[in-house]
Order: sequence, then structure tokens, then C-alpha cells
Amino acid sequence: MKVDAIRDKVAIIGMGCTKFGENWNMSVEDMLIDAVYEAYADAGVEAKDIEAAWIGSVASAFTGETLARPLKLKAKPITRIENACGTGMDALRNACFGVACGFYDMVLVAGVEKLKDSGYAGLPEFFVHPVYGQGFTAPGRWALIATRYFQTYGIKPEEGKRALAKIAVKNHHNGTFSPKAHFQREITLEQALNAPIIAWPLGLFDCCPTTDGAAAAIICPADIAKSFKDDYVLVKGFGVAIGPCLGKEDIDYKYDHLPETEAAGRQAYEAAGIKNPRKEISVAQVHDCFTIAELTEYEALGFCELGRAVQEVEAGTFTLEGELPANTDGGLKAFGHPLGATGLRMCNELYLQLRGKAGPRQVKNPRFGLAMAQGGHPGMLMPIVTILGCRD
Amino acid sequence: MPAITSTGAYIPYYRLKREEIGRAWGGGHQRGEKAVANFDEDSITMAVEAGRDALHGIDRQAIDGLYFATTTAPYKEKQGAAVIASALNLKKGAFTVDFTDSLRAGTNALRAAMDAVKAASANNVLVVAADCRLGAPGSEFEQVLGDGAVALLIGKEGSIDFVSSYTYTSEIIDQWRLDSQNFTKKWEDRFVATQGYLANVNEAVNASMKEQSLNLKDFNKVALYAPDARGHQEACRILKLDSKTQVQAPMFDTVGNTGAAFALLILVAAVEEAGAGDKLLLISYGDGCDIFSFHVKEKPLMSKERRGVQGYLKTKSYLPNYEKYVRFRKLMEVESGRRRPPQVSSAVVIHRDRRMIYSLNGSECTSCGRAFFPPQRVCLYCQAKDQFKEISLTERKGKLFTFCKDELAQSIDPPVIVSVVDLEGNLRFYGQMTDRDPEKVELDMTLDLTFRKMGEAEGYYNYFWKCRPVR
Repeated sequence: MKVDAIRDKVAIIGMGCTKFGENWNMSVEDMLIDAVYEAYADAGVEAKDIEAAWIGSVASAFTGETLARPLKLKAKPITRIENACGTGMDALRNACFGVACGFYDMVLVAGVEKLKDSGYAGLPEFFVHPVYGQGFTAPGRWALIATRYFQTYGIKPEEGKRALAKIAVKNHHNGTFSPKAHFQREITLEQALNAPIIAWPLGLFDCCPTTDGAAAAIICPADIAKSFKDDYVLVKGFGVAIGPCLGKEDIDYKYDHLPETEAAGRQAYEAAGIKNPRKEISVAQVHDCFTIAELTEYEALGFCELGRAVQEVEAGTFTLEGELPANTDGGLKAFGHPLGATGLRMCNELYLQLRGKAGPRQVKNPRFGLAMAQGGHPGMLMPIVTILGCRD
Repeated sequence: MPAITSTGAYIPYYRLKREEIGRAWGGGHQRGEKAVANFDEDSITMAVEAGRDALHGIDRQAIDGLYFATTTAPYKEKQGAAVIASALNLKKGAFTVDFTDSLRAGTNALRAAMDAVKAASANNVLVVAADCRLGAPGSEFEQVLGDGAVALLIGKEGSIDFVSSYTYTSEIIDQWRLDSQNFTKKWEDRFVATQGYLANVNEAVNASMKEQSLNLKDFNKVALYAPDARGHQEACRILKLDSKTQVQAPMFDTVGNTGAAFALLILVAAVEEAGAGDKLLLISYGDGCDIFSFHVKEKPLMSKERRGVQGYLKTKSYLPNYEKYVRFRKLMEVESGRRRPPQVSSAVVIHRDRRMIYSLNGSECTSCGRAFFPPQRVCLYCQAKDQFKEISLTERKGKLFTFCKDELAQSIDPPVIVSVVDLEGNLRFYGQMTDRDPEKVELDMTLDLTFRKMGEAEGYYNYFWKCRPVR
């Protein structure tokens, strides 16, 4: 395996993203059309230019027809990807291989999720055994790592919850600068700490919302990107680490760390040639489906040492003004989390940041951006890491 | 001579103070409290618990019969004993029978077990009786009826010899429940007491003493069924039993009338307190009487693991109010909030995974020796393929490795305590915690496993194991 074989081979020349939120009046098709046409316009291409497409959706799609039908793509190779919350990002990754090998010159990638038609808050249950593992929710499964993480590092639950609340406050703050975010209002530390419990120790503001949305990207070989866009963004590398997904059952799994995420990060750093992520990554979009996910991902991705994340949060390391701004657009917490769209939404934020187009949330002189879409939950993680960089 | 070779009991963790029932409905209330099955329990799961209690340290492959007695069979058509035998990991050749529809079902099953052993058609028969009856809201039955289960292992030789049995059938409409009804009904009190219970018990006991040339005064302890505390007192008076010394306490104030399990539960309580040489008499009632006498040859050995009536009486928690009871027993339709659709099920998956689901079988790799649940064909630790043997985990204890209190998960008794439990033998169980106080759940607490009802998806009962704080 040559993990760096993809580095600088593929360019993103256009991206689009719908308003994320409770899109009561938009269907899956509506959202895909809006996101993709925005990406077409950004790249300066049309439907007829698209040679192949990848569509990512966890539960709102059925095959490539999900994309072909609304966009009227005719007899094109279209693949539907599903890889839990990493779905949109894995669609991008697969599409990049299609481009990097020289097969395609113009590829569309889209991700979409329609969650608010269900009639209830939270996610549907995807893989259900009649009795085993029954009756648990996503916040419940993520809360398991909070309980044990606090124990391992001798953090009192109140202290731990305070650090988690600070992450929520930060991401809501960043969301106020993102016109397309689901939530665009500040919250206070007290609000976050006093919110109703969803799955102790996690409270309401530790959880991302249930969101509808779509995002899209147009990619092409790096050597022709300049003819479409002067400030294209380069794909530097990917990392994916799935399995064996038996932590809930494996007594060696310690529930205070995300080993799969660490492995995915390592792959991506090697692919991108990054030696010191804390110093070299300018901006990061991590997977804050729950605040405890963001906290433990800082450690797994090498942004800080194991057990240090609470101190780093208290020190403000990951705020917009901090040393390594994380979730600059509000993250899943404030921007929202339409599963299949999330990975591409993260890449869209990097695409804006790396080109200096992120407005009031713009970080200074970014060079490398990292996005990490975390499928699953502790014990059953499917993390996917993408590193994008500015063109030389 | 057939003998009782082991006994077990099960009294659910929750109790409802009768003053709470009085508070709900106004008016008076009876003394004490009653045992209430958790929302995830029924007669089948309670019978499994009592059976496990009786089978500590006993080779389950040696059990060749399982008789299940209840008036509250979860299924009208489908055998409860088959589910119980699976959960108890009994051999396929065990003869499973349900004894139902009568308050005498428990002693009917006992008689059948004694006869089977006597006739040498079986060597070891486990009799399990459980009931979870409902009195109509506001009724006297609601106060009196309690939930519980009991188990007796009948074998060829043991410390408690079966001496004699006598049966007496008497058709009378005193107490009943139609197929279409949830609540037990009865005729007018005085008729029920005088012409039903008291008259029958008196006639049957006298007839049995006469037939077998026995004298009531010779019995050290009498385990006497009664519909309620007053009936029990009156029967003792009529039979001239010395209620201070000669009568086993019937637990009306602590458990309530546990139906088909009741007489046997009182007997097991008597056995737990019996000494060598004691003579015990058992009297049940329900459309007649079954009467048995026993001789205690030696004080029965109790395994330390066995909780018995005494153990289960001691460990309990009170339902905070009557409304919780209403919710547990589904006496009202309640709004559970808009949550994702509840459990789905498939009879095919349950069948395919039956050993994992009912016997909680995990896999132990025969190549590297490490164990895993649920069973894996490819070993996580050494990658060996299809080199494993199945091991049942039901009797293992464990420590709580991590948990959360999930308020979003749908449950009759939120929050769901999602639990990762590190079991004895270096393997892990992931599941729900039951019979717990959410405020007292803490890391590293000791847990064991219990057979429960997960839900009713697809219109049948989906049983599986949960963890619970050790009682």
C-alpha cells in the first residue's frame, strides 16, 4: 500500500452546500439539486460535463438513482456509498481514486440526508438484532466513553461536563458566523451545564441536532484544475480505519480513547506528509456528534496528548483564536448533522478556509486542513480522515 | 422414595406498599406490602429465576423433566416450560409440561413430579411455579395479589422425603378469570370463604389425616395456602393449628398471594427453616385441595449462592408510587413520547441465535482459549476460524466497566442503563441493567445476569438477558 499515492493528484474545483436545518419544505431531491447546482456554478461546469458521480447517504438514498433522477444525469456511472456518519467523506474518497487513477476527468460527489421526515428526534435504528444490543441510542452509546474517560483520568464528572459544555459553547459561537448552520445563536456555559440530561453524563447541549441537508463537490485531476479555478484546493490524503467494531464486546477495549480514529489519523498524516499535526494542521473539522466525541478526537488525532484534552479546552486551544481552531463553522453541534452530507460539509468548510473565503470565522494563513467524519460509536467506529491543502 | 433434593425461590425486587394503593383509590388498605414484578418480568422469567436458584451446583444435564405451573402463562398457545428449559440450559430430552389455569397448578405439578420419580419414568424433575396476577384497579385482589416464583427439584433421594399425598377435587365457582379477562374475579366474600376455601380445606385435611392415619398435631410446620391473611387465620383456627409455632408464616404482609406458586413458596420457606426430623405438611387450594406430607431427614444443605425465600425477602426496593405500578403492569395507555419506532424482531433470527439468546452462550476459542460474547466464528484474538466451543454465561458475575443513563431510549422505566460488564472468565457483556436504582449505579459495582422480557415486537415475547446489581 502506498498511502501517499493520492497526494496532490486530485483537486476540488467547486463545492455547494444547502442550508442545514429542519428543511420541512425540501425533499432529498430538492436538497441535492440545490447543493449540486451550487457546486456546478462554483466550478463553472454543467451536468453534461460530469463523467461519473458518487452519492453518499446513510438512510435517504437507494442506489445511484438518488442522484441521477433529480439531476437528470443520463447513463452515467453513479455509485451510492454508505459508511455510517463517514458516508459523505467516503463518497469523496472513492471518487478521488476514480480521478487519481486517470479514469475520470470530471466527477461529481454528493451527500444527503433527510432525517426530519421521520416524526421523531434522533436517528433511526439501522442494524437491529431482535434482542442483542437493543434499546440504546446514539447519545447513550457515546456517553459510555464519557463515563470511563472521566474515570481513567481522575476527572470529576462536574469537571468533565464543564469541559464538554465549553466545546458546545465554542461550536455554537462559531455557528453564529455560518449563515447555513442549523443553529446560529450563542449559548452560555450555564445553559449547557443545566440542560436536561439526554444520556447521563451527556446533556442536551452535548448532542448535535437532527438535521436535513446536502452538500456536493466537483473534483478533477490536479493538473487540469487551473483551467476551472485559480484557487482550487488539493487533496493531500485520506485515512480510514474500520473494525473489528467489537469494542462493546472486547474486554481489552478500554473506552477512554478512540484507537480506530488514531489509526485513521496516522494513515492520513502519512499520506499527506504531516509529521506534527498540532503544528502543521491549520484548521480542523472534527466529528462533534456529541461533545465527548470532539474531546476524545483531539487526543486520537494527535492534537494533544492522551488525557490532556480537558486542559487544552480550558486553555482555549481549539477556539477560532486558538492555536488549532476546530469546527470553525459550528461543527455538527451547531451546523447540524445530516449524516450522509456531513463529511462533505466538513470538506466544504476546509475548502472555504483554505481559500480565505470563510468570512468572519476565517483562520489566519491556513495551509493544511483536516476533516474527520466519525462513523459509529466507541467500540464500533468507522472514522474517515481527509486532509486538504492549498495549491502551491 | 421421591424426595425434595433442592429448592429455590424468586421474589421480584420491587415492592408496593399497600398504603400507596390506598392513597390512589381512597378508603382503607391492607397491611404491609406486596411484591411486584418489574416491567420486564412475567411468569416465565420469574420461573427461570427460581429454577436457577434451585439449580446452583447441580448438573443441569441430569434434569429430565421441567414442569411449569402458572395461571398467568404469557402465551395461551405456546409452551412456557420450553422457554424456561432453554433459559436453564436443560437437555433437549427433558420432558417439559405446563400446568395451568388453576391455583392448584403448582401442587398439581409437584404431584406429577413425585409420581414420575416414583414410577421411575424420570430421575430428576424440576417443578417451577410462578404467577403474576392482576386484581382490577381499586379491588381487594389488587391489594392481596403479589408476584413471585418457586422451584423444587424432585429426585430419588434427598434430605426431604415425600411421605404421602392426598387430593380432593371440588367444583365451585368462587374465584375465576375468563380467557378474555385480565383481572381475577370472585363471588361474594362470605360464600367464597365459607363454602369455598374453608369448607374444602377442612374436609380435605380431615379426610387425608384419616386416610393416612396421620395426626395434624404431629406436624412441626404446616405450609397452608390461603386466599388472604384473614382466611389463613380462620383456617388455622378451624384446623386447630398452633399458629405461633406450627404454621409457616404465609408472607401476606411481605409478598402477597402468589397464586399457583403460593403454597409451594410457603413450603420452601418452611424447608429453609426446617431441622432434622421435622414433619412438614403442605396444603394448597383451588377447586379442591392437594395435600402432601414430608419428612425432613437432615437439615437441607444450602449453597451459598442460593438466595431462597429469605434472601429474596431481604433485598428489595419500593416503587415510588402507585402510578409506577400502573405503568409497569400496563394498566393504562400512556404516552411514551415520540421516539424512533420501538423494537423490531424476527422469529427466524431468534431461532438461529437461540442458544445465544436463551442460554446466553458465548464462544471460547479452542485455539487461544479466550472467550467472547456474542459467539464469534473467527476469533478476535488469534483469528482461528471455527475453532470454538460454546459456553453458557448465565451464572457468571461481573463488574460494571462503563455505563450511561439513556433518557432518550424508549423504556417503561427510563432511563435505560446501558451497561458494559466485564464478566468472570475475561469476557464482556453489553446490555441493559434492570432492578436498579439509577442514583446508585456506579463503576465497578458487582452485577449478575437475569433473564428478562425485552419487548413484544412482532406480537410475541422477545426474551433475553440483562444485568442487575447482585441481590
